[in-house]
Amino acid sequence: MVTYILRRLVLSIPVLFGILFATFALARLIPGDPCRAMLGEKATKVVCDEFNHRHGLDRPILVQFGIYVNEIAHGDFGNSFRYSKPITELLAERLPITFELSIAALAFSVIIGIPLGVIAAVRHNSWADVATMLWANVGVSMPVFWLGLMLAYIFSLTLKDTIFQLPPSGRLSAGLITTPFFEVWGWQLQEGTFSFSLADFISRMNVFNSILSGNWEVLKDASIHLILPAFALSTIPMALIARMTRSSMLEVLGQDYIRTARAKGLVRRSVILKHAFRNALLPLATVIGLSLGGLLGGAVLTETVFNLSGVGRILYDGITARDYGIVQGFTVVIAIFFVILNLIVDVSYAYLDPRIRLD
Amino acid sequence: MTPQSVSPKKLDAEALSLDSVSLWQITRRRLFRRKSSIVGMVILGLLIFIALTAQWLAPYDPTLSMLDADPPQKVEKRASPCIHALGCPADQPQHIMGTDGNLRDEFSRMLYGARLSLMIGFSTVTFAIIIGTVLGALGGYFGGWIDNIIMRVMDVLLAFPSLLLAIAIVTVIGPGLINALLAIGIVSIPAYARVVRGSVLSVREMDYVSATRALGGNTFEILFKRILPNALTPLIVQGTLGIASAILDAAALSFLGLGAQPPTPEWGSMLGAERNQVFTAPHLVFYPGLAIMLTVLAFNLLGDGLRDALDPRLAHTS
Repeated sequence: MVTYILRRLVLSIPVLFGILFATFALARLIPGDPCRAMLGEKATKVVCDEFNHRHGLDRPILVQFGIYVNEIAHGDFGNSFRYSKPITELLAERLPITFELSIAALAFSVIIGIPLGVIAAVRHNSWADVATMLWANVGVSMPVFWLGLMLAYIFSLTLKDTIFQLPPSGRLSAGLITTPFFEVWGWQLQEGTFSFSLADFISRMNVFNSILSGNWEVLKDASIHLILPAFALSTIPMALIARMTRSSMLEVLGQDYIRTARAKGLVRRSVILKHAFRNALLPLATVIGLSLGGLLGGAVLTETVFNLSGVGRILYDGITARDYGIVQGFTVVIAIFFVILNLIVDVSYAYLDPRIRLD
Repeated sequence: MTPQSVSPKKLDAEALSLDSVSLWQITRRRLFRRKSSIVGMVILGLLIFIALTAQWLAPYDPTLSMLDADPPQKVEKRASPCIHALGCPADQPQHIMGTDGNLRDEFSRMLYGARLSLMIGFSTVTFAIIIGTVLGALGGYFGGWIDNIIMRVMDVLLAFPSLLLAIAIVTVIGPGLINALLAIGIVSIPAYARVVRGSVLSVREMDYVSATRALGGNTFEILFKRILPNALTPLIVQGTLGIASAILDAAALSFLGLGAQPPTPEWGSMLGAERNQVFTAPHLVFYPGLAIMLTVLAFNLLGDGLRDALDPRLAHTS
């Protein structure tokens, strides 16, 4: 197992270098002079020469790439000139919001998708099966941004003044303040330490933070703000999970040991849940893991529609403001995250199914 | 969707009687047995019809403001749909889907949008298939370092969530429809390269390939006449499903303002331009989104149907 993980890690290195080179090349291909883009059109030649020298832009391209890799290895992903802040700082602020949204969306898709898939498989060819598959097909075909806007319209305008009314944008109602849980608990954390960063990261996720700090009013408000964007974001993974569960269950239900279990008189429920479902779970691990990457792409659209200031939203703002630092930095981080995720999926797959040879 | 309408035995019987029916006839027959693929084909047929006849079906020019119409019309911005047959007063000009923020006829724009949407889907996938096939075939056939380099580059492309990579590429090469298509095309190359490489690897060492080589066939002939036809089936399936995701991604890019630019009647950009008006003029958001969804759905249904029809082994699971 350990050698397998190590081997996969080593194999990821060329891909990581490729990612770094791709983003590096993208940044160099941007038309225009970086000095004048940063310092303004009127920067003199002397100033620009000094700027180029300071940033190593007068060195050979491979040396520049080396500098870039070195900076990233030291956790320096560059600066955003729009916000005049390091990318890492922006990430620490924005990532929790996207993280919370993605977790909620994934929770929706698993909690709804898996039972739908199981029911569809168990009642194969029934109306429930047809309806689930129809929903799955529509779900993967729906533009996330459209669904988001339509949900916002229905739940905040059409259903206004009913119990189903939900807010169309934002994360909290005006006037509500959240206090980080570690302040409520009276922890004394040094800014800049790892424990502070971690606690700060968690405290920026409103739902988690309000549970930890016992602020039920904020919890309710943050949760109802999260429902629509999370649901909109969850449709594609939900559809994929429902489909995968169904086909995986159908395959398992046709196996001999299921017939044996039935023949020896086990309760139907136990056959389905204990014998079939557990074995059908395996391909699901892959789908769920890979959905997370898709969620990040969808987050750009969902956050734009629902005005959430997460990673996706800042990326969109970065694009419209031509803030290449943001685009480059965030793309690198997301791609690295994606590679690690794939690694975890592969390893968990091997762990869940011992039949898969680890060499 | 509704599998097992055919028993495996029957399929085998069909396959055995190959002397009288071609593979395409079997495929077509299997395709028409599935309700979902028929739905997909009907929607697609309708879209192609609309795309081809948009200039005759559309009551107005898609970029024409009603102020410049002949005669100029007094309609409000973002007016709700007005259909005479459904009781809209006859003295008001008919706009089946209302007007947009620039006083253009939404219905005409929607019809022309079908043209663009299909064009986007087919052109990006054709681009990606051509490049992907060449790369996959080279890698699979020659192996060694060529294969290694090509596949590592593909791994890097796959390491990015596709929409994000497309966004990053468009940011660099600049927004616009053609650039967005290029970006989506590049992002979709790995899928096809992998499919082709897989097929090439699986038949490369087969006897009939060796036989061609022994008979003095050159590399070109072996690759294109003996090996690549095997990749056709998975490519068709992947391509059909790929059109669906290409249309969806292109719409997303246009929605973000990176794809088609106004006043181009593209569904994604029409939706994006009016998204802040969703509470006052929901029809301007509803119709373009619905059209995108139906188009993507049609290609998805057809792709699924084709996969099951071309590869009956999968028919009972998906």
